Amino acid sequence: MLLKLQNVGKTFIDKQKHTSFEVFSDIDLTIAENQFVSILGPSGCGKSTLLSMVAGLENTTEGSITLEKREIKKPGPDRGMVFQQPSLFPWLDVKGNVTFPLKKSMNKQQAELEADYFLKLVQLSKFKHHYIYELSGGMQQRVAIARALAMNPKVLLMDEPFGALDEQTRHILQDKLLEIWQQTKKTILFVTHSIHEAIKLSDRIIVMGTRPGRIISDITIDFPRPRDRENQQVITLEKKIMNLLKTEINKVLKEELADEIQHSS
Amino acid sequence: MKFSIAAKRIMFLIVVIGIWQFIYSLNIFEAIVFPSPITVATALYEGFTSGDLVKALGASFKHLLFGMSLAILFGTIIGVILGKSKQADETAGMYLIALQSIPSIVWVPLAIMLFGFTEFSVIFVVVLGGTFVMAINVRSAIQNVSPQLIRAAKTMGTQGLRLFYRVEVPAGIPYFMTGIRLAWAFSWRALMAGELLSNGPGLGYSLSYAQDYARMDQVIGIIIIIGVIGAIVDHFVFSKLEHTVMKRWGLLR
Repeated sequence: MLLKLQNVGKTFIDKQKHTSFEVFSDIDLTIAENQFVSILGPSGCGKSTLLSMVAGLENTTEGSITLEKREIKKPGPDRGMVFQQPSLFPWLDVKGNVTFPLKKSMNKQQAELEADYFLKLVQLSKFKHHYIYELSGGMQQRVAIARALAMNPKVLLMDEPFGALDEQTRHILQDKLLEIWQQTKKTILFVTHSIHEAIKLSDRIIVMGTRPGRIISDITIDFPRPRDRENQQVITLEKKIMNLLKTEINKVLKEELADEIQHSS
Repeated sequence: MKFSIAAKRIMFLIVVIGIWQFIYSLNIFEAIVFPSPITVATALYEGFTSGDLVKALGASFKHLLFGMSLAILFGTIIGVILGKSKQADETAGMYLIALQSIPSIVWVPLAIMLFGFTEFSVIFVVVLGGTFVMAINVRSAIQNVSPQLIRAAKTMGTQGLRLFYRVEVPAGIPYFMTGIRLAWAFSWRALMAGELLSNGPGLGYSLSYAQDYARMDQVIGIIIIIGVIGAIVDHFVFSKLEHTVMKRWGLLR
């Protein structure tokens, strides 16, 4: 197994208010190489926090996360991350952004060859000398994907990468991502709150519940892609996941409503 | 009617000069107190052809260049320290605002007592005029780097000193540019304050010299030069630079 999460828990402690908030505990998860795994859940279930912990941006409160048997303590180029916001460097052109993580490990010529390859993969070769402000949101996110892939990470972490894009662009990029995944055979851990997106893309969906955050279902999708919305198997699975999440979403709504009443009284 | 921006500005200037000439011709004020536009223009022309004003300008720019360079250097160092160290900022950050709010002319008596009527005194005042505003902006530059960019850089294995000079420094350039522009504006004012009370050479000194000899035409001429230089440098150097940087950094539409 490539990536292994054992009894992972996260508690945020507010030192000033002396309060603590447990996001989740006892998360166990193993992810095999070349798998496309989605983590799906309502907001507040801690799915993005979990991904940040795999990236090494957040530390674990309990348990351990290991990548190829080595414990993750801090961020590193063996895990590429794509955020919801493209997070590109505006002072560099497209090519400069893609070669940014490569400067340490290879010479300039090598890095540029790598960048050319991955920019071709995301179909942005024509734009390599453009600056970020000249690109659309979808193009920016493609640069971010190329940048993450160029590091040749063992696992690609994606935190709702298409969440800020319009519907049409999102569909195009989902298809593009599948194509890239089939070409590069990367292991992908993909966080989303869209059931359809998870079904369309993944080999496996980890469904998370909330308050406290936990895994409520681990679904392997064994029917082939492409998975159209009208496909009967897709519809059945969508309903199944919807039912799983309904109680979770209701829980959040009820809690928020209770808060509201408390505050207004 | 539509006019180009340049045409509008020139027309405005003509109107202002016209009013000036009109008031002059009313003879309310004595000519020695209220010179005509033509007398002022002649004084300027004579000043430049005789080389006096050229020399004064050269000296002023020399003071400015030295003073501003030092202000930018010191301001950057102070700003980086306060921006990077929370301890330092909590301890000394407040005083930066206090120092910035002191008008630069206030430093002139201090400079004269410390260094006498020398060019060094002038430069000292210019340095004090520009340093604090530069420091405040550099501090903001460091403190306002988008946390998201830092997170992204970290996932690419960038940390420590590399993170500082590959991400934090370039990300802070827009604030840095604003800092330089403000440092220029404050230094320019400080320069004139310092030179007015100095023993020359310099534009400010020429101004107080002209006043001593009751040459109102020269006084107004020099005031015009000071304003024109301020506007030209701001418009053609700093605004342009800042605009380019802001655009590239995606801070403009």
